[in-house]
Formats: sequence, C-alpha cells, structure tokens
Amino acid sequence: MNNFSRRSLLLGTLGAMTALAACGGGSDSSAEGSEYTEPAADLKAQLTYSVWDQTQVAALEQNIAAFNEKYPGIEVAISVTPFAQYWTKLQTQATSDTLPDLFWMNGPNFQLYAANQKIDPITGPVEAGAITPANYPAALTSLYSLDGVQFGVPKDMDTIGVWVNKAVFEQAGVDVPGEDWTWDEFQSVAQQISQKLQSQGIYGGAGGMDGQTTYYNTIFEAGGEVIADGKSGYHSPQGQEGIGFWADLIASGGSPSIAQLTDTTADQWFTSGKLGMYWGGSWFRAALAGTDIESDIVVLPLPKGTQQATVIHGVANMVAANSANKQAAHALQAFLAGEQAQQQLGEAGSVIPAYTGTQTAFAESMPEANLQVFLDAVEYAKPLPVSANTTAWNELEVKYLPDAFSGTKPVAEVTQELATQMDAALTKE
Amino acid sequence: MTTTTQPVRAPSSDKPKKPRRDGFWPWLFVAPLGIGIAVFYLWPIVQTAWFSLTEFGVFGGTTFTGLSNYQELFSNGDLYKAIGNTLLYTAIVLLNVPIAVVVASLLNTPGLRGASVYRVLYFLPYVAMPTAVAMVWRIIFNGDFGVLNRVLGWFGIDGPYWISTPGAAIVAVSVVGLWSSIGFSVIVLGAGLKQIPPELYEAAELDGASRWRQFRSITVPLLTPSIAFLSVVTVIAGFQLFDMLYAVLGTTNMNATVFDSMSLVYLFYQAGFVTNDKGLAAAVAMVVLVLVAVATAIQFRLQKKWVHVD
Repeated sequence: MNNFSRRSLLLGTLGAMTALAACGGGSDSSAEGSEYTEPAADLKAQLTYSVWDQTQVAALEQNIAAFNEKYPGIEVAISVTPFAQYWTKLQTQATSDTLPDLFWMNGPNFQLYAANQKIDPITGPVEAGAITPANYPAALTSLYSLDGVQFGVPKDMDTIGVWVNKAVFEQAGVDVPGEDWTWDEFQSVAQQISQKLQSQGIYGGAGGMDGQTTYYNTIFEAGGEVIADGKSGYHSPQGQEGIGFWADLIASGGSPSIAQLTDTTADQWFTSGKLGMYWGGSWFRAALAGTDIESDIVVLPLPKGTQQATVIHGVANMVAANSANKQAAHALQAFLAGEQAQQQLGEAGSVIPAYTGTQTAFAESMPEANLQVFLDAVEYAKPLPVSANTTAWNELEVKYLPDAFSGTKPVAEVTQELATQMDAALTKE
Repeated sequence: MTTTTQPVRAPSSDKPKKPRRDGFWPWLFVAPLGIGIAVFYLWPIVQTAWFSLTEFGVFGGTTFTGLSNYQELFSNGDLYKAIGNTLLYTAIVLLNVPIAVVVASLLNTPGLRGASVYRVLYFLPYVAMPTAVAMVWRIIFNGDFGVLNRVLGWFGIDGPYWISTPGAAIVAVSVVGLWSSIGFSVIVLGAGLKQIPPELYEAAELDGASRWRQFRSITVPLLTPSIAFLSVVTVIAGFQLFDMLYAVLGTTNMNATVFDSMSLVYLFYQAGFVTNDKGLAAAVAMVVLVLVAVATAIQFRLQKKWVHVD
C-alpha cells in the first residue's frame, strides 16, 4: 500500500470516529404520542405482531380474525420468538428502530423502552375513547405508566397459586390441604410426600430460580419487599424469611435440590407426574391442557405466611414509536384490549384476560380444578417488582440466591451480599 | 530429501525491477472482497474499539468514559474465570486433532470395506444442527434421568449433575464440542492423506518398517500442514465459544452454573444483552480480539519449528 492511501485510511478512520462521537445522545421526541382517530373500515395496512408464547397463538388468531371482520384491509402477521430470545431480539430491533408495529411487553422491561421513547403512548386512543384504562385492574395498569403517561393496558393478567396433583397425594396417602393453609402445613405435607414416595423419585414440593412464582411470593407473604424506594429489600428479616422458606424446603428433602431443578425444571417435574405441589402462575393452565394428569389437578391459594399475598403481573400490547402504520397498530391494540377480544381470549383458556368481567370463562375452562383461586387472588395481589433496568438485578438474584437455597451459605450472608450488589445496580439506573 | 532435489532458482535479472504501476485495475479486482472485509470486519472493529471507551446507552448513544470499562473488567474476577473456562474448553477440543489423525489414517487403510459409510458417520455431527445436537446432549447429561449417568451407574460410578454442577458443566460442554468437531478434522486430514504418495509407504515396507513406524515417520510428518491448519482453526473457534455453551447450559435465569462456566464470548453476551452494559461488552470483545491475535501469532511462530513444508 502506498503512503497516500495509508494516510487517507487513517484520516477516514479518525473522521468516522468523530462522526460517531457526535452521534451520541437520544432524540427528544415528545412523549405525548400521535393523535388517534378510529381508522376507516377500508384502511389498508400490513402489521407485524410479535409475541413469545406459542400456546396463545391460536387464541390470538381468533382475535385477529374478528379484527379483520371490521378491518379486512389490515393484514396482521404474528411472529413468535421464544421468551429467552425475545428480549435480545427486541432490543436489537429497538436500537435500529425496526420494532414490530405491535409487540408484547412485560413489567420488567417496560420502563427501559418507555424511557427511551421506543413506545408510542396510548394517550391518543384513550382520548378518542378507544381504550378505557379503568376497565383493567388498577395495580396492573399502573405497571405500564411512566411519569404520568400511559403506554398500554394489560391484555392479560396472572397470579400465582399452588397446582396440586391429587393422584400423587392419593399415592402417598396424604390428604390434600384446605384453602386456608399455612407455611408450616405446606412444609410438612411436602416432606411427607417426598418421604413416602422416595423410592419412585416423587417429591412433594419444589423451589426453583424463578422469583415470580416462588421467592417473591414468600417475601411478600413474610411482609417484606423485594424492592422499595429504589432500595433492595432482601437484607431484611422479612426478606430473609422469604428466602429461608425455600432453603428449609430443600434442606428437609421436601423439594429436589437446586441442581436437580436446573436439569429438570419444577414444571417438568409436575407435568411428568413426579411432583405433588407446584407453585405456578395461572398461565400454566395452557401447559396442562391435554396431558395425562389434567383430570387430577386442583388449585390451592398460596399457603399463608405472616400475611396472604401473591404476585400479579400481566402482559401488555405496545405500539412501536417507529411503526409506519401507527393508526392501524393502535386500532389493533385497542381491539385486542376491548371486551370482545378479551372474552375470546378468556374462552381459549390459556390466560386470564385483564378486562374486568371477562374472566369467568377462564375459571370455567377447567371446572374441576377450581381456577377461581387465581381470580380471587387479585384482591391481595402485589405487582411484580420492577425498576428501570430490572434485568440487571434479576441477574444478581440468580447469581447469589442458589447458594442460599442449596445451603452452601447461610441465608443472612447471601442476602447481605445480594442487597449490596443490588443497591449498587439500582443507583446506576 | 533436501540434499539432492533442491530446485535451481531462475537467475534473477541484474537490475532490481522498478515497481510496476498497474493503475487502478488490481484495486478493482480486490474491491469485492476488500469492501466486504472493510464493511463487515474492519469498520465494526474500529467501532467496537471506540464503544469500549464509552458508556453505551441501551438503545444507542455514547458518552466517553475513558478506560473505566477496562478498569471494571480487569478488577472483576469474571474476566479471569471466563479466560480460564475458554482455555479449558479450547484445550479439550484440541484433542480432536490427534483423535482425528488416528481415525483418518484408519479410514485410509487400503481395502477397508465401507470406508465412506464411516466417513459419513464421523461427519454427521458436524453437519447436524447445533441446537438440536445440544438439546439431545442436555437430555443425555440429565442428572436424574440421563443416559450418561445410567451407563456410569453400571460401573458403580455416581455421575454428577453434569450441566448444573460448577466445574462439571464446562467439561460437559467441551466434550460436546470435541465430539462435534472430530468429523470436520477427519475430512481435512483424509484429504491430506490422499496427498501422501503411496511410493513412500511401499519403500518403507521394503525397508521393513512396521505399520506403527510408517505412521510415525511418514503419515504424521506429512500431515503436519493439515494438523497446523486444524489447530489454528480450533483455537480460534474455541475462543469464540458461545452457541454450544448457551444451547447446552441455557441462560443464567435457567441455570446458575452458567456464571461459573462462562466463556469470554458469553461474558460479552451477558454484558451486552442481559445487564445492558454495552460499553463493558465492547471492552470484552476487544480483549477477545487481542487474545485470539496473540494465540494465533504464537501458533504461527511455533509452526515454523514443526510443520513439514515441501
């Protein structure tokens, strides 16, 4: 290479780096969102709709078929990405402003996208009367507002309960507990089943590394908080009690070890008939449909600690700020949030629709199982703990807590470490 | 061999040639490749180097922060753990080369029946979909219900929970990596074997050399160019370990053992896409770049000592 071209390459590189540096800083688009009027029935548009749950696709297709009766010219393509990869993909799409027109959002990730102007608020549709936030559980609606601006309403909701396999109880000769049971009862029943059915490798209960279905609930039930006022709630007596619950369960043999639960997750133990009681979300209903054990299932509320509690969460449909078809996308968003679509979603039985009054279909979808428990739980439910960069401290939870659950380190030592690290992550936000 | 058949160099012209000016034509011909490399490799490297000196917003936007990402990276134990895991993985997967040398020369045995069937069998793992392969291995490794522990049980060995025990997990992933890379090496070495003139073996036989002696003194030395190529490629691929780890062990949310078994590229993924610290991720990427460059440079230097070139 001659001297000239080498110099020009260097210059080019330098110039490019300066240009890059100048690219810093986000744009300050208004948070008010676009104006919205209901589109004309003959509007032609193509929309992509990204979701992560394959089991809900059938119900969503019914929703979209109904939507197309009203707007035959709007084509909707559903794209399913498994949950683990969904967020990586969404982040890449958001960075390059190529987000799908409409996409599922959850509590832990919402603030990140809303604060960075990636979502078009629903201010317009609400003013136009297409969406009425008061129709959904208030705790959930608040999860999707940031600085007083509402970005979406929940399409579904879920609470946590204990899924019981009656066949396992029968086999062990243990009675299924009543609905007003306590932590002590749960621990002793789990232990009894595990002992009696040890030879068959069947366990009574199971922990796991998913906070939403396990330790968040016990922390709330102990009267504690996972996160409060931007601080970690783990290193408090209540936080330790909530974590200790699972450490005790594993230590007593009432649950498989953390290593076993990593190889085969609690829901897999349960669906293969090797687990008596599974702490799981209402969404688990869809996974049970059509399995051998479906007829043996009954649901109990979570056993009571210092107080009764459960974690509530729900997914919301969001319109991308970069969407080329915002009007059509908002129309679909409003339709999916409306009573007709919500009723359909509930009848499909995979999830509980969030629209007040459409939930009974869910409860009746598995009449023997007493799914009503999940609806009654809304009364004492607490929203899923989130912050602006939730995934950063979620990582810390899965990094530190296994040592407490497996008993390699005392609970207090682990919560101390976790709380220190988590507070540091929270101040960075 | 070198004493008798030294080729005679063509006599060089008396004057040193002037460098010829070919104008823009050569540049035009390399342009398709050159532009591709510049756009997809060189430019991203420059960008990443710059990003590693900044705090990078989750969705873009950078603030210059000097060397603080590197400071954090080098003071944090994760980097050293990741380097250790990556080296361990690479070392185990490198075993595929000697194994493949033996397998390839066995396949090359004259008169072997069904050699192509064996070749296909060895090559299958390499062409199989990595994620599907990983799923099957996950089931094999399952601590309670897996085939591996069942078989070990017959010999009275109580196998660990392979994918959820720190230490065992990275070995498990390495074994899968080793298993899936043998096929490719066998094919490359098989091609190398075809290049060895059969006269050499005939001559050796006349001199009374045993099969083992032929293998040691003819096969291996003449295969060294292929062996060198394979070890460079394996080391580079080893430093880029991610997909196998991710597919076999799962994410940190599913398996806390991943924290102890992280490779360098997994560390990059974790910082970039999970904890949203993209500046730190860029710093990790730069460290990987430097390490691969150093490892490859060392290999090329060493190769001069042992690789046989005609």
